Amino acid sequence: MDINNPQNYEAEHVHRVYELIASHFSATRFKPWPIVEGFLKGLPIGSIGLDLGCGNGKYLTVNENVFMIGSDRSTALVQIAHDLKTQDSLIADTLELPHPDSRFDFAISIAVIHHFSTTARRIASIRSILATLKPSSNSETNGGKALIYVWALEQPNSKRGWKEGDPQDVMVPWQTSEGYSGVKGGSGKLSKGDKVVTYQRYYHLYREGELVQDIVAAGGIVLESGYERDNWWAICAPPHR
Amino acid sequence: MKILTTNYISCAVKACKSTSLSFPLHFQDAVLVQEEVDFKPEFITNILPRIEWEALKITAVELGFTTLPAQKPEATEEAPLDPQVLKDLHTLLLETQVTEGKLVCANCKHVYNIHQGIANFLLPNHLALPLIMITNF
Repeated sequence: MDINNPQNYEAEHVHRVYELIASHFSATRFKPWPIVEGFLKGLPIGSIGLDLGCGNGKYLTVNENVFMIGSDRSTALVQIAHDLKTQDSLIADTLELPHPDSRFDFAISIAVIHHFSTTARRIASIRSILATLKPSSNSETNGGKALIYVWALEQPNSKRGWKEGDPQDVMVPWQTSEGYSGVKGGSGKLSKGDKVVTYQRYYHLYREGELVQDIVAAGGIVLESGYERDNWWAICAPPHR
Repeated sequence: MKILTTNYISCAVKACKSTSLSFPLHFQDAVLVQEEVDFKPEFITNILPRIEWEALKITAVELGFTTLPAQKPEATEEAPLDPQVLKDLHTLLLETQVTEGKLVCANCKHVYNIHQGIANFLLPNHLALPLIMITNF
């Protein structure tokens, strides 16, 4: 894959596509993944954190005893998230976050950094996430931790059937109908007779071990990691200070 | 945008983050609304130690709230916080929202817009991190 200018490439093959498919995409995203739900529900009351790449904000309502600021690059998705009321959301880029360093108890990045189109940018995004977290040597409270979740190359049970050895940089189609006007809570299913439009989104599919490797390259400490439903995940902390 | 959120917002420009001028950002032309949120005393008690009080005082004055205590209220074993203090903080931090307005960085002077309660922190190209700094290392 020839990517001369990764910023422009992602603007065309990631940001623009999410803007176009936002309402349909949102209608298919309402069930939290178990690992993410467990991570959020395990946080102490009054914890303050970030949902970086919050999409339609489905994780902002999982635990109402913590305060989360959701952010996303897509204005259309943030507008959907903002209607959730209980938390806050804003438009921001994970590589240029509008947050002071070392203040947050937690952060989640769910199905986001696999949209960065170079290894250097994926590592930079992890570094950017880690920078927001309280350092672990902070004696007043425990240090902050982040949950990062990315699509796996190894998907033996998915309909896509990707496996070890397959190309990792791929375009993944999103099918929607022309003029889709799904409302929140809709099924997101297309009905017969709809004129189908296909958009392609860029993904970097992570192979086994790669997420942990990128976190270490970003200076992070991996606390836990695993595989869930076609995704690799890791819980990590910023470097000790 | 809730007032609690503004206590966790700085300028998005990398070069500004190392200066104390980039936090808090400064409000201009802010339009406020109040929206009721369930009051949970334990939640506010736990959030309080996390707040940067000096920054909150600056924000509060800019938005016309002048009754914030000069020192951050602190709970002790013998003297838990006055429920009214917690309720007032709840109202300011969680129920008060900025629906329209601008946030300005005192260092680079960049203006971030808030529209329909949503702030936009995407940077124009000339302020974004140069490509070479991310792609080469």
